[in-house]
This record gives sequence, C-alpha cells and structure tokens, in this order.
Amino acid sequence: MNKRSHPLLGLHSLLMMIFIYVPIVLVIVYSFNNTRLSGDWKGFTLDWYSSLLKDRHVMEALVNSLIVAVTSTVVATLLGTIAALTLRDLGKRWKNPMNGVLYMPVIIPDIIMGLSLLVLFSQLNISLGKATVIIAHITFSMSYVYVVVNARLSGMGRQLEEAAQDLGATGWQTFRYVTFPQISPGIISGALIAFTLSLDDFMVSFFVAGPSSTTLPIYIYGQVKRGVSPEINALCTILILVSITLILLAQYVLNRGKGQKKHKMLPI
Amino acid sequence: MKKVKWLISPVVLWLGLFLIVPMLIVLVMSFMQRDTLGNVVYSFSLDGYITFWDSLYLGIYWDTIVLSVLTTLICLLVSYPLAYYIAGASPRIQNWGLILITVPFWINFLIRTYAWVLLLRTQGVVNSLLLNFGWIDEPLQMLYTKGAVLLGMVYNFIPFMVLPLYVAIEQIDKRQLEAASDLGASRWKAFWHITLPQSKSGIMTGSVLVFVSTAGMFVVTDILGGSKSSMISNIIQSQFLGARNWPFGSALSVIFILTSLVLIMLFNRAMQSRHERLKEGNS
Repeated sequence: MNKRSHPLLGLHSLLMMIFIYVPIVLVIVYSFNNTRLSGDWKGFTLDWYSSLLKDRHVMEALVNSLIVAVTSTVVATLLGTIAALTLRDLGKRWKNPMNGVLYMPVIIPDIIMGLSLLVLFSQLNISLGKATVIIAHITFSMSYVYVVVNARLSGMGRQLEEAAQDLGATGWQTFRYVTFPQISPGIISGALIAFTLSLDDFMVSFFVAGPSSTTLPIYIYGQVKRGVSPEINALCTILILVSITLILLAQYVLNRGKGQKKHKMLPI
Repeated sequence: MKKVKWLISPVVLWLGLFLIVPMLIVLVMSFMQRDTLGNVVYSFSLDGYITFWDSLYLGIYWDTIVLSVLTTLICLLVSYPLAYYIAGASPRIQNWGLILITVPFWINFLIRTYAWVLLLRTQGVVNSLLLNFGWIDEPLQMLYTKGAVLLGMVYNFIPFMVLPLYVAIEQIDKRQLEAASDLGASRWKAFWHITLPQSKSGIMTGSVLVFVSTAGMFVVTDILGGSKSSMISNIIQSQFLGARNWPFGSALSVIFILTSLVLIMLFNRAMQSRHERLKEGNS
C-alpha cells in the first residue's frame, strides 16, 4: 500500500507528529530556560529543578503520590490477577457479566467514577484522605491489570497445565511451577501500568482527595490555574520522563517471553 | 484450579462496593432534594431534572455537544490519513509510528494541556515568534478562547482516534486492493469501496472514545478556556465540589451518561446502515 500511497500522506503524517510533539518538547526545553516570564530563550539553567527540590509542598505531594501508587498497585495487581485467573474457569453465565463489569472502569468517564466515589464515601461517613484516593486507584487500576494478564493468559493455551495435572501435580503445584512463570511478565507489566496510571491520575483523585492528600497532578493543576511558574515545567518534565520510562519497561517485560505472540501496548 | 473459583469473591465484593453501588447511589440521588444548607434530603423530587431545563444549562449542554462533535470530526479528519499511512508503511515505520502515537497517552493530559498555555499565552511562544518576525504589532489573545479549548481537546484525543483506526485499517486484506487495481479501479475508488467501509469499526470506536472523553473533560475548558467557556462536566464538577448541590450534579451526570449512550446508539446505527447500503449496492 505504501508504494502507492500519495506523497501528501507522508507529509501530513510528518506534520501531525510535529504537532503532537512540539508542545511536549517545549515544556522540557522551558524547564531549562533562564527566565520567569517571556517566551524567548534566555539561557540554560537548572534553577527550577533545585527550587523544586526545596519546595515543601512539592515534596509532600510527591510522598503522597508514591504512597498511593505503591499501595494501590500492590492491591490492584493482586485483585486483577486473581480476576483473570479465576474468570477463565467460570461458566459463560458468570464470565460474561463479570468481564463486562471489569471493563467498566476502562470505559466510563473518569469524572463519573470520581464523583460517584465521592458520593459513596460521604454516605458512609468516610473522611477524604489518602485511604480514599488509594481505594479509588485500586478500583480503576485493577481493570487494566486484568486486561493485560488476561491477554497473556489467553495467548498461552492450557496444554502445559493439563500435562502437569496428568503427571500428578496438585492444583497449587501446577499454578506455582507452570501457570505463574508463564504469566509473570503479564503481571509485572500490569503492575507497571497500574503504577503509572496511579501516578498520573488527576480526574478521579481530584474528587476523592482530602486537603491533606494532595498528589502531584492535583498540585500541578493548582499551580497551572494560578498562572505559569517555571518550576512547573521542571516538575512536568520529570513526570513525563518517569511515565514514559515505566511504560516502555512494561512493554519490554510483556514481550520478553520467547515464542509468545507480541502484545502491542494499546491502552484500549 | 477448578477448586479455587471462590477466590473471585474479593474481586466481586470490591467492584460491587466501589463501582456498582456508587453509580446506583448517584442514580438515586439524582431524584432527591437538597435543603438550604446543601444537605441531601431523602424525599423523591424531580428538582434536579427540572433545573436542567433552565436556558442557562440547556445552552451549556448544547455547547458541550457541539464542542464534542466538532472535536470528534476534526480528530477523525486529521487522524485517518495518519493511521492510513502508518498501516501501509514498512514494518519499521509502522513500529515507530505506533510507539510515537502511544507515547502521548502516557504523558499526563494536564501536562499536555498546560503545554498549550506556554504556546498560546500573551507572552507565549507563538506571540513571541510572530512579534519577532514583525507579522503582528501586538500580542494576540489566543488563550481563554473557544478556539483554544477546541485545539486543546483535539490535541489531547488524537491518539484515541489514531490507534483504533490503525487497528481497523491494518486488518484489511491488501489483496483486495490489488484486485481492485487489477480490475481498473482508481486509487480513490478502491479506497472508497474497500478501505473505508472495512475501517468502519475503527471509525466507530475512535469516535465514541473521543466524543465521550471530550464531554467528560473539564480540565481543558478550565485551563485553556478560562471562565468564559464551560461545559456540562464543568458544571457537574462545580455542583459537587463547589455549590454542593449533589442532587442536581447527579441529575446532570445521569443526563450526561444517557446522552452518550443515545449518541453511541445513533452513531452505531448510522454506520450500520451505510455499510448495508454498500453491501446491497455491490450485490
């Protein structure tokens, strides 16, 4: 198809890539720009990074983000993996509706998820804080872990497990020595995705975070609303690099297994 | 493994308590009232839905639909050629193209939206460039306009459109295109009769994703539109976090979800009948 494709198509694609990446690159470039106000380049500086490190509010938000991300990743990975493993043994009557519910957080708008959890917590008289943010993050991350582990599971077939059973392995032994080693790349990569999602989430956290549980994205939102400060460019640059690294790592881990069909990291 | 089916129960419990129940509460709450202090009063009322018929809210609702439809259309128009190009390129370019399209997904949309503040503000990059070149004498007001909001939305959701389109176009059997050209079809005719109808599922998925995401995104309006423009999601957000009128906020949320569902169904049907017409025409 390519040989016959019009040269204008190539040009259009190039322009689109420039359109997508110029703003992102600008944020990174500006984090090193030695000026507070203008759009011109005024020389290289690392000042914004050092003032970021000294900022107490940023550090608090960072600690909150990390606590939330680590806790929710552990629980979401566990629950998502359990869901993927047990669901394939269930009959269609249970499997299909459960599958539908597990896909819901991927599909429903974040704003609806955030406000419905806010309403729930207030009805249960649970005060907003890190715990409520963690609960919310587990709820959506679990689905993504499920999707990734499930993809890995359905790609591997059941022959090896059946062979192990035929050779007298117990259910636990089969899982420990046959199933788990095969799906572990899926689990690790699901966990990395859950971690990234948690670190990046703004919309859901915005509704369920109390005043003492500001995360990095909520902090960024507050700063951006107040006006542009160059420290934000530095903070955004760090977050961009962390997110991309984690996702490329997840992709690498997922595709490491030999003979497995390649999984493309499409979040949908 | 068959004995451990009960292991699913924590998952069922969790999703029931933190996903299904909250949605049901919002649905119930949309039929409640609130007292003057902002507390929810548990007696049936249609106040939330009646308030919605105020011309102010209807106007915002209409603006939201227009903005979401425009965003979806522009995304579709600019993304299709890109997806088409990537799907037809060499494996190397395909791989890189996909990676480059996926990466923005994993960069926080707040950051991607904020990037446009750097570009569009009065002392921003665009104004600086235009002033330096002497093309304008005074900085243009670009930030806090409806155009800025539309741009921010399109920018944020391009990957949502390109990926499903790519998946759909890539799956098309290329021999059909060769056959078409052997039979004397022009490139355009082959595209119109083979590629386009068969990429329908991608158009469908991409459009629904972009439409629903645009309507639910209050941050872009907030950051790039300032106080001048707002969408239904901005009102929902402020009813929950500011004005504390939860029944009204819930009613708006229910209306938002219902609108999305209806539009998705209409869209689905429109695509279906087009495809069927084509089938009939070919036979």
